[in-house]
Amino acid sequence: MSKPIVLHIDHVSKTFGGLDALSNVHLDIREGETHAIIGPNGAGKSTLLNVCVGGLEPTKGKVLLAGTELTGRRPFEINQLGVARVFQTPEIFADLTVVENVMMAMLSHRDGAFRLRLLSRFGDRSETGLRATKALTDLGLGGHLNHLAGALSRGDKRRLELVMSVVQQPKLLLLDEPTAGMARADTNATIDILRKFKESGMTIVIIEHDMHVVFSLADRITVLAGGRVIAQGLPDEIKGNPKVVEAYLGEEQV
Amino acid sequence: MDALILQIMNGLDKGAAYALIALGLTLAFGTLGVVNFAHGALFMLGAFCAVTLHKLLTLETVRIDPTQTTPWGSPLEIRTPFVQDLLGDWGRFLIDLSVPVSILLAIPVMLLIGVVLERGLIRFFYKRPHADQILVTFGLAIVLQEIVKQIFGANPIPQTAPEIFSGSLSLTETIVYPYWRIVYLVFSLAVIGAVFAFLQLTTFGMVVRAGMQDRETVGLLGINVERRFTIVFGIAAIVAGVAGVMYTPILPPDYHMGMDFLVMSFVVVVVGGMGSLPGAVLAGFLLGIVQSFASMNEVKALIPGIDQIIIYLVAVAVLLVRPRGLMGRKGVMES
Amino acid sequence: MKHASKLADFALLIGFAVMVALGPVIFEPIGAGYPDLLQKFAIYGIFAIGFNILFGLTGYLSFGHAAFLGVGSYAAVWSFKLVSMDLVPAILLAVLFAGILALAIGYVSLRRSGIYFSILTLAFAQMCYNMAYSVLTPITNGETGLRVLRDDPRVVDAVFGYVSPAPSLFGLQMTGWAGYYVCGAVLVAAFGLSIAVFRSPFGMTLRAIKSNQKRMGFTGYNTRPFLLTAFIISGMYAGLAGALLAAVDPLAGAERMQWTASGEVVLMTILGGAGTLLGPVVGTGMIKYFENIFSSYNDVQLAAIFSFLPDDLRDNVVSVLGMFVGEGWALTLGLLFMLVVIFLPGGIMEGVMRLLRLKHTPKVKSLGDSPQRDAIGESVIEDMPPDDHTSRTRESAKAMRETAS
Repeated sequence: MSKPIVLHIDHVSKTFGGLDALSNVHLDIREGETHAIIGPNGAGKSTLLNVCVGGLEPTKGKVLLAGTELTGRRPFEINQLGVARVFQTPEIFADLTVVENVMMAMLSHRDGAFRLRLLSRFGDRSETGLRATKALTDLGLGGHLNHLAGALSRGDKRRLELVMSVVQQPKLLLLDEPTAGMARADTNATIDILRKFKESGMTIVIIEHDMHVVFSLADRITVLAGGRVIAQGLPDEIKGNPKVVEAYLGEEQV
Repeated sequence: MDALILQIMNGLDKGAAYALIALGLTLAFGTLGVVNFAHGALFMLGAFCAVTLHKLLTLETVRIDPTQTTPWGSPLEIRTPFVQDLLGDWGRFLIDLSVPVSILLAIPVMLLIGVVLERGLIRFFYKRPHADQILVTFGLAIVLQEIVKQIFGANPIPQTAPEIFSGSLSLTETIVYPYWRIVYLVFSLAVIGAVFAFLQLTTFGMVVRAGMQDRETVGLLGINVERRFTIVFGIAAIVAGVAGVMYTPILPPDYHMGMDFLVMSFVVVVVGGMGSLPGAVLAGFLLGIVQSFASMNEVKALIPGIDQIIIYLVAVAVLLVRPRGLMGRKGVMES
Repeated sequence: MKHASKLADFALLIGFAVMVALGPVIFEPIGAGYPDLLQKFAIYGIFAIGFNILFGLTGYLSFGHAAFLGVGSYAAVWSFKLVSMDLVPAILLAVLFAGILALAIGYVSLRRSGIYFSILTLAFAQMCYNMAYSVLTPITNGETGLRVLRDDPRVVDAVFGYVSPAPSLFGLQMTGWAGYYVCGAVLVAAFGLSIAVFRSPFGMTLRAIKSNQKRMGFTGYNTRPFLLTAFIISGMYAGLAGALLAAVDPLAGAERMQWTASGEVVLMTILGGAGTLLGPVVGTGMIKYFENIFSSYNDVQLAAIFSFLPDDLRDNVVSVLGMFVGEGWALTLGLLFMLVVIFLPGGIMEGVMRLLRLKHTPKVKSLGDSPQRDAIGESVIEDMPPDDHTSRTRESAKAMRETAS
């Protein structure tokens, strides 16, 4: 239980013109755990995400990644600190091949801030290229290595984005509705991939609507409603929590 | 002190021209999402509407009067402008007023040009990358100005203001301000006012403003955006055109005046904040005045050449401090 | 989409060098086999290759590259005047000054992207142009242009007692065929360097920036220094071209910095094919060749060509065609510009590729190109709007209720 805290969301509040989008949200995510953040629409999930890594300044409180403050940092700095992020709609390099996409992700930790590498060659037979190929093959994209990423199916794009995140060996993997708009079969495939990540000891925060995904993966769950944390705990505790049911049912009645 | 006031006044009408071009540029750009590098050429075409009308009005009939001879002994040629023959004194009056009267010519001509360009070319580029839009309108600008060059030649063609405005207003001994510049300023303010009133008070204008905020949604509401785009582009062309017409007595038009003004207007738009109409107007006047100040001899003596670069320096300063411009909104044309 | 091997690139470079070496022979049949024109091919080819490193790889469309060409020219002429008639110091100085200017302009312009960037670079180039005509006349000699004079000091030449009537490379005069081969050698080197840039991790980074800036940020790349470096490199290429231009014609004028010149290099690049290795050179060759042909005609010559037509018709034909030749070349250029952008945005190289692909593998619909094709082959459920939260929330609520009970 005393594993170190990776992400520390310290009493964060955010007001938009008098409206409390987040009030006093406090959350610790420990190393190796898979933490799901759920909640009905307008619960503040996206705001919380943006306060953590989207450059949104909280009105009160702060967000720390392994002791380093994240607020006010630019995306590349946040990534360099060890946060990899997967978006709701896949963000990939559509004009690059699949293997190049992954190589870019691999090279970022070496070249990220800036390195002018004019004299070496960027090729899929380089050492990085081989590692990228292996990572892709492991996750079932081996057949698409030299296809343009933009031509992949949506499910494969998402998978590619996952590969790009995981090869960076992040301290924290942040998933924003990783199965949104997916067919059941693709959702299950994604769950399998994420379970592999989880087993390798990665720390994962997942924001998700799909309860099937949440309960298949999460070690702990935080439920947001109206910008507040209304419940936090193990999946079993959340399942039976009347407050949570009410939050969802309450919305249902509206 | 007097010199200062004079410079502010000088800056106002240059600023007015910048503001008018930038206004049309912003309008087309905010609604259609197209950056029109040919917009300066439209300003130039407007100016040449005035040149054309003046040429037409002053077409002459030549009569040889055998009873009179020149000092060289040849028969005297009597040249009378055609309109004067036809309409007598009224014709002379018309020639005198050729610049303001040109507006009547410029409005339909510029509308036509605007509509033809939008329907025939620009609309195919709504979905293309911005680079393509820039490039195709850039090519168009070259084509338009080269055609004008072939018809009217490369030299500037001076136009005169109507006689009643040809004098100058002497406020004090040193503040002498040509009447025509006052006319231009008033005219510009009227046009700017008319455009804003049109956008604020009419349903059409409301749709256009909504379109500038969020084009897709307006399209989804079932409003025929396409036709409105065409009209907006036509209006932008008219605004640029009449701005050009009225500017001819201040600056003799030549074929490449459009590009000079375009670059300035772009700087104006960037400083004002892309997509913001009030920003375009404000920045237009601001930069016009700043430029005027920089051309004062006292300032030039202090920092030589400052008049040539001051606008760019201001633009750089604004962009470094407020990257979105004075009144820019987030997310406009940033992808 | 396999990566080109080192060998293939080397072969490309060798082939290119052979083409340049055989230039006089190759271009003879189309009437372009004389040194003045071929020098222009080579010099503007360098300019376009450099421009392509910025525009082709990053997608940042600069409209002010002529400024760097102009600065390179002025720097080279000053080097011929003050330092030495030799080309080497001229090139070094030209590249240095163009690089410094590119650093300054790029630092500010690259704070914005897209249209803003294009406008800012255009504005800065116009500023340089205006200054060259006004406040900087002591350096640029204004409208007259800066020229090399016999009694200029040339300190290094004076020390060695070296006298050369015209710019030269180690005593080799930069005129005629010698001039062409020097320019050609520099062109081959410039081309080789551009291959290296294209294949390097740096080049791939630039491509990725063009593809998706947002992803770049969240993958941990700070894009600005990469972009600035690309901007400076391409500015230095322009400076190099400017130096060579000054060497073959030692008179530098401000008109080289005008916006039309900036537009011309854009056209050369997109005509050939932005983002391809050979495209800019091909485009340059076409533009400069047609410029040469079109500008050399006048109405009299046209009338002679069409003398077989009846007089009335001939006069009409000549007066229409006359608009496009001689002084009217600019009009042709503008039209060409529009036609290329409208019909062939990928340039000649893409056209050629398309033809080749059609011939060999007719059924392959090239992967990519059109992002709209993504969804094909996916199930209907997948087409459900991803942000249709209401129904999804309802589903989740149901799931919650079920698990709770």
